Amino acid sequence: MRDVAVIGVGETEFGELWDRSFRDLGIEAGLKAIQDAKIASEEIDAVYIGNMSAGKFIDQEHVSALVADYAGLADMHLPTVRVEGGGACGAIALLQARLAIASGMYDIVVVGGAEKMTDVGDVQAAEILSSTADQEWESVFGATFAGLYAMMARRHMHEYGTTREQLASVAVKNHKNGALNPEAQFQKEITLDAVLNSPMVAEPLGLFDCAPLSDGAAAVVLCAADKARKFTDTPILFKGSGQASDFLALHDRRDLCTMDATVVAGKRALAEAKLEPKDIQVAEVHDNFTITEILAIEDLRFVEKGKGGPATLDGVTALNGKFSINTSGGLKARGQPVGATGVAQAVEIVKQLRNEAGKRQVVGARRGLTHTLGGTGATAVVHIFERGD
Amino acid sequence: MNAGIVSYGGYIPRFRITPQMIGAVWGADGEAMGRGLNIKSKSVPGPDEDVITISVEAARACMAKVDIDPTEIGAIYVGSESHPYAVKPTATIVAEAIGSAPVMTAADFEFACKAGTAAVQATMGLTLSKMMKYGLAIGSDTSQGAPGDALEYSASAGGAAMLIGTDHVIAEIAHTVSYTTDTPDFWRREGQRYPSHGGRFTGEPAYFKHVLACANLLFKRAGSKPEDYDYAVFHQPNGKFPVRAAKQLEFKDVQIDTGLCVRDIGNTYSAAILVGLAAILDEADPGDRIFAVGYGSGAGSDGFDITVTDQIKKINRHATHTIKQQIADHVFVDYATYAKYRGKILLREA
Amino acid sequence: MAIPRFWREIGSRYNLIGTKCSNCGKVDFPPRAVCPDCGRKSIGKMERLQLAGKGTVVTYTVIHDAPAQFEMQKPYVMAIIEMDEGARLTAQLIDVKPEDVKIGLRVHSTFRKLGQEGEAGVIHYGYKFRPAVSN
Repeated sequence: MRDVAVIGVGETEFGELWDRSFRDLGIEAGLKAIQDAKIASEEIDAVYIGNMSAGKFIDQEHVSALVADYAGLADMHLPTVRVEGGGACGAIALLQARLAIASGMYDIVVVGGAEKMTDVGDVQAAEILSSTADQEWESVFGATFAGLYAMMARRHMHEYGTTREQLASVAVKNHKNGALNPEAQFQKEITLDAVLNSPMVAEPLGLFDCAPLSDGAAAVVLCAADKARKFTDTPILFKGSGQASDFLALHDRRDLCTMDATVVAGKRALAEAKLEPKDIQVAEVHDNFTITEILAIEDLRFVEKGKGGPATLDGVTALNGKFSINTSGGLKARGQPVGATGVAQAVEIVKQLRNEAGKRQVVGARRGLTHTLGGTGATAVVHIFERGD
Repeated sequence: MNAGIVSYGGYIPRFRITPQMIGAVWGADGEAMGRGLNIKSKSVPGPDEDVITISVEAARACMAKVDIDPTEIGAIYVGSESHPYAVKPTATIVAEAIGSAPVMTAADFEFACKAGTAAVQATMGLTLSKMMKYGLAIGSDTSQGAPGDALEYSASAGGAAMLIGTDHVIAEIAHTVSYTTDTPDFWRREGQRYPSHGGRFTGEPAYFKHVLACANLLFKRAGSKPEDYDYAVFHQPNGKFPVRAAKQLEFKDVQIDTGLCVRDIGNTYSAAILVGLAAILDEADPGDRIFAVGYGSGAGSDGFDITVTDQIKKINRHATHTIKQQIADHVFVDYATYAKYRGKILLREA
Repeated sequence: MAIPRFWREIGSRYNLIGTKCSNCGKVDFPPRAVCPDCGRKSIGKMERLQLAGKGTVVTYTVIHDAPAQFEMQKPYVMAIIEMDEGARLTAQLIDVKPEDVKIGLRVHSTFRKLGQEGEAGVIHYGYKFRPAVSN
């Protein structure tokens, strides 16, 4: 299997983008990535799109063809694939595209992720999000998406003594990072008190423990590694990828305080890369809620199980701390257009490894990791990237 | 051989509101209204409760006391004037929820507050005729009075289920007799939200005429006198009518006390007399004799002469909370919460 | 109008019907065709089992941002409950004050309205749990 590199990245700003449609967003990110890669349209072999729920948000299915069409590629009759996997769809799309190039089938693939979440009302958007949980046995009974993560937080507090302050410190850190990121939805720092006093959404999670609903898109151009130098001096290589699934419903999981899918996906990625967590300097992990980041850094073995809370409060995962986690601001501050997440996380890691992260640069970043979840953890995808030189 | 009650169960929602709280909103002396009706509080169903959920809880409480195969229930009838569906019977949902379905018959009954006792009579006939082993008769309501109307002080929610059969009877129904006329004392037209009533016309020519006539027919049929009974229970739209009826029939206060649940939970309409009967069965001893006369507007009364058997000691009367325990397990709400739960606030279309 | 979708689940939603793997004894709720532990060995060996309705709270939350069907009840308590038979499920806790809910609370099932398809639509019923009554 051939090595695969990222040769171009692009993303829109994330936020409530009233004047831009789903099509506008997908195209903008894709064109930016293509320009960054300095490739011509004719060189693209396939397009992969990660999108969670265009059908419910904007009544549009078949978005793979749609995006390729509006990107001006319809005449090329490219193969286009839309990937769904809850919030992990962008990361799964990356993996699928990587496999397609590694197999030799394609040389250059554009991978985009996009979501337009604000064309429906808040309540409806929340219900659409919770359709990635178990609709028949969780959502119907009143469990909201935030409620399910809140139940994980409650159990984590019960078993490991994690506190609301420790949870809140995730949000504080990510907003601090987001303030350094011109593309982030929120560019203001917030205080621990503000998080602790924000209105309750599902106890113990308050409004500021939760990532926003956002519009946005991100895209990368993948290329066979042995051809990448034609386009860029700083190809960023996939060193390892891992994907795993788990029981759909939270109540069926082996341990409410561990996402087994993350553990397995992380192990698979590290095994392929022949690396240990200590070899990773920067990581974008799924932080749709503050508890999710705490579980992620434990399950990826950046810290010991149960110690995610104190580690975050102590600054272990701060920018240029022992591990720089969510330098982009994370889903929390950078924004959460669901389908875009996995791809946007890769864009951030690529920028970090290229030394193009500006004020939020992790000094000496050589290897980075992305971690993306679907639903309440029924899918997890981990990618590990390394500078090509 | 007689048909009788094989098991019974009741369910009273936990929320309560007082006449004072209601009166305060409508500029009336709620305290005085309460005294006038002899009602201290009434039950209020929660936002996720309705006649269907209440009927299921009552039916399950009934089945919990005995070890009977629910598939031996050949008929389920639910009497109510507040079925959630005008078309689609409560009884089929109860049937699924207690495991009786599908080889059985079912239907919903309506006859104002006597729909439950009518269901009892129907199942008596079906089991006596040996068409089936058991029948389940339920009276259940979440009726409403129009805001500010006198009925608002008493209209409440509750349900009771009677499992009727001829085997393993805990209380034998030796006699049943009815008295029925076309009397428009209280009614609700299709599509109307709240019932209407004839004010004072609901007393003498309605409740009392039918209850007393039926009661006297029952004494005659049974060859009995008031002092032959340990308990008496009547339909209880408020705490005054049944007391007055009992007095006129020469029953003593102590005989009607146990069954007079209306004082704490209000008028549960189709459930009222059956809940009172359940309260009596919760504490009755073998050999106790019960005089029960219900009433439904429109109008009619069904009367029952009931004798408790030894079998009552063999069922588990504490499998679920007794009526007394349910009456005691209460949470008071204010008028705003009551109005919210009872759908009296105009909401936006879903 | 999701009529068949809800109707199909009546057995489990009204009566807590699950399955027991006759190969290893594991109980699942809702019913499964294949035991997650035994895999292929369990095909054709999954037996229908009605749960008794008693369980223990494993974790919980109080929901303030409610979906449309639950607007009238917010804030309301949701919990993951481990049933005595071993299977776990997610359900609303009722008849209890949020501050009185604890991990370890013993609960039993009740029958309540889950929602409806609008004022003119079908009403959906199912299980909710309340603190176990002591008798």
